[in-house]
Amino acid sequence: MRITQGCFSYLPDLDEDQIKAQVEYCLRNDWAIGVEYTDDPHPRNTYWEMWGHPMFDLKDAAGVMMELNACRKAHPDVYIKLIAFDSLRGFETVRMSFIVQRPKVEPHFTMTRTEVRGRTVNITMSERA
Amino acid sequence: MNELVPASEGEVAAAPEARPDGRIDLAEDYRSSGVADVLGELDRELIGLAPVKNRIRETAALLLVDRARRKLGLAHETPTLHMSFTGNPGVGKTTVALKMANLLHRLGYVRKGHLVSVTRDDLVGQYIGHTAPKTREVLKKAMGGVLFIDEAYYLYKPDNERDYGQEAIEILLQVMENHRDDLVVILAGYADRMENFFASNPGFRSRIAHHIEFPDYADEELLRIAESMLAQQDYRFDAEGRAAMVDYIAVRRGLPHFANARSIRNALDRARLRQANRLFETGALVDVEALSTIRAEDIKASRVFAGGLAHERAKDA
Repeated sequence: MRITQGCFSYLPDLDEDQIKAQVEYCLRNDWAIGVEYTDDPHPRNTYWEMWGHPMFDLKDAAGVMMELNACRKAHPDVYIKLIAFDSLRGFETVRMSFIVQRPKVEPHFTMTRTEVRGRTVNITMSERA
Repeated sequence: MNELVPASEGEVAAAPEARPDGRIDLAEDYRSSGVADVLGELDRELIGLAPVKNRIRETAALLLVDRARRKLGLAHETPTLHMSFTGNPGVGKTTVALKMANLLHRLGYVRKGHLVSVTRDDLVGQYIGHTAPKTREVLKKAMGGVLFIDEAYYLYKPDNERDYGQEAIEILLQVMENHRDDLVVILAGYADRMENFFASNPGFRSRIAHHIEFPDYADEELLRIAESMLAQQDYRFDAEGRAAMVDYIAVRRGLPHFANARSIRNALDRARLRQANRLFETGALVDVEALSTIRAEDIKASRVFAGGLAHERAKDA
């Protein structure tokens, strides 16, 4: 099942040049870029593993691509995303994130509905084996 | 670590279009790419340094021709642009590096054209495992521009084989090779120590194509530098002040830690201090003339004429 989260996830996977162009866009906006990876793409798993520190004060996408490729080499079969952090006062948050690598086999999720008191339904997303 | 952005940041000029007859006008490309502006600026703003200006002119010519060749489909490979600047302190290595970054940017050999100026402290870590991320972080910041490593020989300490500098050197070499399109590295330092550094790190020598030597300034050039520094701040010498400066330069050169233009700048800062003090103590009304004139006594009061700082005089005695 194709995981859709962050920007561009309904589009075909971005190629190298497209990733580079997006990174350039982020750098033009003075956003700091971080590389993060995980083997657990559950929607509630907000915090992925960080690949090194977020990169502040970069001028060119080549530096990000260097880290991204290092991460890909170390973790060839996991999800990797780039996040762009805006340090501007009032935002101070991630402004953009997009997936740049997916594992060969993506997990399926099923939704279990459990009726509880009254008409309330609790929903659980779980990975299907 | 310092990040410097060239003062006149121009846009990257497109490679020249071939004319209908299949020829390229190099002179036109020279003007339109902004290279002419940068070289002109170099000539105007930097006093002396003739051999350096020549080498930069040659490098610019090479890059222009390389661009024209690429346009006409001739075989070309991205030239190695890593450089070493050797010379004594205060001869303008950083200033020229800044111009070089601008030049390479105008010609499209670096994408962003900023200059990241670092020393050993910025690259080498304090403990095991600290150096690699630190060096990589600096390299990432320099991508798309020029990395200027001042006093590069401090990276290599032959008397300590466990020194972390070696690790930084390995990462540098690797990036200089694999990311030749992404950044240009300039190593700078004293000529003799750089020579030793290259002798013990052959990897660097082979990856650096351009070795540029910066000569010391002549006394007369230093005087012109002093005058232009003053002019920038709306000061000037009177006739005796100028003569005092000539004497000062001659004496200062013989003392230890002489750093060419930097020594001059420091001397002028102190002269301004004495001038301010002098004006203050006379207590008279001051006019534009008085406020902007450096007189002989402002220069002559320098300890340089007494043979340097107290501990240096004691050493000689």
